[in-house]
Amino acid sequence: MLVSLENAGIFRSNKWLVRGVSMGVEPGEIVTLIGPNGSGKSTTAKLALGVLATDEGTASRKEKLRASYVPQKLKLSPTLPLSVARFLCLTNKADRHQITAALRATETDHLAAEQMVNLSGGEFQRVLLARAILCSPEFLVLDEPVQGVDFNGELALYKLIEDIRNRLDCGILLISHDLHVVMSTTDRVICLNGHVCCSGTPANVASSAEFKSLFGERAASGLAFYEHRHDHEHRPDGSIETRDSAPDGRRGPEGGVSPPPASQKISSANPANPNRNNQDKVNQDV
Amino acid sequence: MFDDFFTRALIGGIGVALVAGPLGCFIIWRRLAYFGDTLSHSALLGVALALLLELNITFAVFVVSVIVSLLLVILQRRASLSSDALLGLLAHSALAVGLVVLAFMTWVRVDLMGFLFGDILSITTFDLTLIWGGGLFVLAVLARIWRPLFAATVSYELATAEGIKPDQANVIFMVLMAAVIAVSLKIVGVLLITALLIIPAAAARRFASSPEQMAVTAIVVGVVSVWLGLNGSLEFDTPAGPSIVVAALLCFVLSLIPIKVPYLRK
Ligand SMILES: Nc1ncnc2c1ncn2[C@@H]1O[C@H](COP(=O)(O)OP(=O)(O)OP(=O)(O)O)[C@@H](O)[C@H]1O
Ligand SMILES: [Mg+2]
Repeated sequence: MLVSLENAGIFRSNKWLVRGVSMGVEPGEIVTLIGPNGSGKSTTAKLALGVLATDEGTASRKEKLRASYVPQKLKLSPTLPLSVARFLCLTNKADRHQITAALRATETDHLAAEQMVNLSGGEFQRVLLARAILCSPEFLVLDEPVQGVDFNGELALYKLIEDIRNRLDCGILLISHDLHVVMSTTDRVICLNGHVCCSGTPANVASSAEFKSLFGERAASGLAFYEHRHDHEHRPDGSIETRDSAPDGRRGPEGGVSPPPASQKISSANPANPNRNNQDKVNQDV
Repeated sequence: MFDDFFTRALIGGIGVALVAGPLGCFIIWRRLAYFGDTLSHSALLGVALALLLELNITFAVFVVSVIVSLLLVILQRRASLSSDALLGLLAHSALAVGLVVLAFMTWVRVDLMGFLFGDILSITTFDLTLIWGGGLFVLAVLARIWRPLFAATVSYELATAEGIKPDQANVIFMVLMAAVIAVSLKIVGVLLITALLIIPAAAARRFASSPEQMAVTAIVVGVVSVWLGLNGSLEFDTPAGPSIVVAALLCFVLSLIPIKVPYLRK
């Protein structure tokens, strides 16, 4: 196990940003976090990387883990004279060949001498990815890595991510809103909404009747995906209301979570009691 | 050759410009200009304490600057005040307390103007040793932490995620700033130290395509400013510290003249 979160939670500004998250990433595995905006995907990734400390539960990483990070947003000050090539060796020492190879992999080798502040959005994103794969990481966190990348580039970059996984046998934690790609290329999917709503292998998730209807509905109406499968409702303030049972006024119900059908590997975890439903492959691995 | 007060001033000024360049770059990259101001304003409190307790002035200023910067870090974490308000509060209260303490000590005759605007022409050989010894030490430490410090400057999160310990580099950086403020006090004075730190670095920005290049260019601009400023002050009988800053300002204005340099176009 490269990284594992055990019942991890983080409390800021008088609320839990995420709570009761248990997950892990093995070498050679792509785990994807999906969820609506503000559901805590980036926060969970930062917990896994150790950028944020847990306020509850634990986050553990392999000793001397070589991690690479493509953050969702990175704002560079225009006062920084920073070329693409120099940016690539920001945290790692690399020679010219490695830099060129990494840039070529993301089709940006012609930009090596450009200044970072002058790059276009998509170019910047590609360079971020090139930097992350530069020094053969063991653990790669990609937070919406293809945002703003053109259509062909998107496919190519997802393919590159798979290639890297196969070649380096590194564990990848991917955050993506692109469900087509998530379902076709990743080993495990975790649906977040302040807590782990459901998780499992995409094959199992995708073969379920629920998912099919979700998938169709999502294409039609955006985030219907997250509502449909739920045994609980999310109030606008982030608290949770269980269906068919009175809200208890606190975050999360004490009971009333119906276990998922045994035939499916989708599991449902309750933030107040995250290990309640343990059919989840992710939870078992941790 | 050190007998001549002008030569001593020149050598001392160049010593300060050497460390001010690279440090000034970080101040610009990290938007710490106000932070530098706060530290240098509180230097006067250090001066007052040194006179009161009969300590070495440079040493006392260094200690006070370190304390003020640690205080700032703690206050920024806890207080709900914005950091510019905190900086202003600390800067001016330290300056005011320093002035009040100095006024109470009627038995010491202090050349207040010397501390506010520098007294480069009174540099002793001991000061020179301190400036160059301290300066070279600061440069050596800065070279050692350059990589993590720069990575943390570009992105704190990225640096942390990838196993660089930015907090350590950040703390060392603050101590280095305190050291530079302590040794440059005599050259330009409390009110103008920040100018000497940031103006050469700002002038260097246009001509640099890499951080290291910017640091070296800032050193060159700083040295040129010291040389120009001191000669100017001799020529026109103007105060030395402000003349150096004016020379640096001239360099900055010159750097704004548009010459075609491709990577500068935004
Ligand atoms: N430091 C903080 N203090 C208070 N609230 C925060 C902090 N950081 C994040 N949040 C809140 O936590 C929630 C989760 O944020 P996060 O960035 O993890 O969402 P996300 O799932 O990545 O969303 P997106 O799809 O938009 O990227 C958001 O509601 C955000 O406003
Ligand atoms: Mg996010």
